[in-house]
Formats: sequence, structure tokens, C-alpha cells
Amino acid sequence: MALKIPTDVYDQLRQHGEATYPHECCGVLVGEFVGSGDKAVKAAVPCGNTRTDSLVNRYHISPSELVRIQREAMMSGLDIVGFYHSHPDHPARWSATDLAEAHWTGCSYVITSVERGSAVLTNSFLLLDQDEAKHFEDEPLEVIQ
Amino acid sequence: MSIKVLIPTPLRPYAGKQSVLSVTANTVGEALSDLVNQYPDLRKHLFAEDGKLRSFVNVYLNDEDIRYLSKDATPVKETDTITIVPSVAGGR
Repeated sequence: MALKIPTDVYDQLRQHGEATYPHECCGVLVGEFVGSGDKAVKAAVPCGNTRTDSLVNRYHISPSELVRIQREAMMSGLDIVGFYHSHPDHPARWSATDLAEAHWTGCSYVITSVERGSAVLTNSFLLLDQDEAKHFEDEPLEVIQ
Repeated sequence: MSIKVLIPTPLRPYAGKQSVLSVTANTVGEALSDLVNQYPDLRKHLFAEDGKLRSFVNVYLNDEDIRYLSKDATPVKETDTITIVPSVAGGR
């Protein structure tokens, strides 16, 4: 199981985290579920962070943006395969809040640490199971040339 | 009448692995009822034990959140599309 991201999309989502620093950025990964549990990302769609009360340590994507992105992806024969956000001056690991607020089982949650304005590490976590059994697993992230 | 419901990726395992389903309904509430009648495994993923939509489940009629329309009583027409999207949030 791996999340495969083209180089330009990988750079784009990391640059988004730098552009919004010291606030968290967020967006949607659109692509395809392919064989053996892999996901092939085709595009990253940047979204606005609606958590204006706490932009430095929270993010929330407007459901209306999700509806639009999901519809447009499906019209292109693609799907929402994951999401990304940044952790300003914080490790690229999922937090208790990330897990509590994650509900797209089977999708990837990509986190980029941004230290003093520069993107450092980008990691992917696969959300599995639901309710009490819900958990993240580390997911290999392959950047494709 | 028959209308379309778009199913998000995490719910497809409980919806016959389909991304688009047809339901017969005159309101959003009837549409969701028909949906869970056709696919009973979806029920617990959409509704809490009190029968209300789970807090993180958003239901849109075309581009409008049904919470800002007439909720379950919102009328639907043949050309409408219902979209279900779980919320996306978090933070460090």
C-alpha cells in the first residue's frame, strides 16, 4: 500500500504549507484507487481553512468545497483519495485532533511539517476502521517523477 | 421520483461498492430512508442511535447543506443530486 504523488503535486502541497505559514493549510487529493491498495494522486486541490478562530493549530475544509471537488472529480472519472494539511512548527505526525476528526476511512491524510516558514517533512497516514477501532497507519509516500 | 445520490469513498463498501445510487423520494428524508433500506449497512454510518444524522455527516442537495434548507423535509425533484460528504478537519 502506498500513496503515489507526482513531483509537481508534492511540491505544490508543500508550498501551500509555506504560503499559509504560520497558519495551517489544507486541501484535497484527487486521484485513483489502483491495485493492491495503492492510490495514484492526480491533483491537489487547495482549500480555504475555515477554522478562523484557531488557524495556527486547526484546520477545517468547508463541506461545500468537498461537495464541489467530489463532484468534479467523479465527472473526470476520479475520486477523492485523501487530504493534506500542514503542521506549522510541529512534527509531521498525526495528532489526537487529527484522528478524532478523521472520517474518510481508506483515504490518506498527508501532513507536512513547516518550520519557520520552510516545509521540512511530508508523511502520509492511512485511516483505517471506524469509531472505537479507528486508527492511522504509516503509509509509504512515493514521489513519482 | 428517482434521484441520484453520490456516495463518498469511505461509504462505498456499505453501498455495493457504488459511487452513484438511485433512490425514490419526494423529500431528502425519504431519499435517505430509501438509501438505507436498499443498503442497511449504511445506516449506522449515516445515523446516530437517536436516528439523527451523525455529527460529521454532511448532506447536500445540489449545492446547499440541508441543515440550511428544510432538513429532512426539503423537497426534491428529478434533476436533483444529493451528495454525502463526511467532514474533514484536524490540526496539530
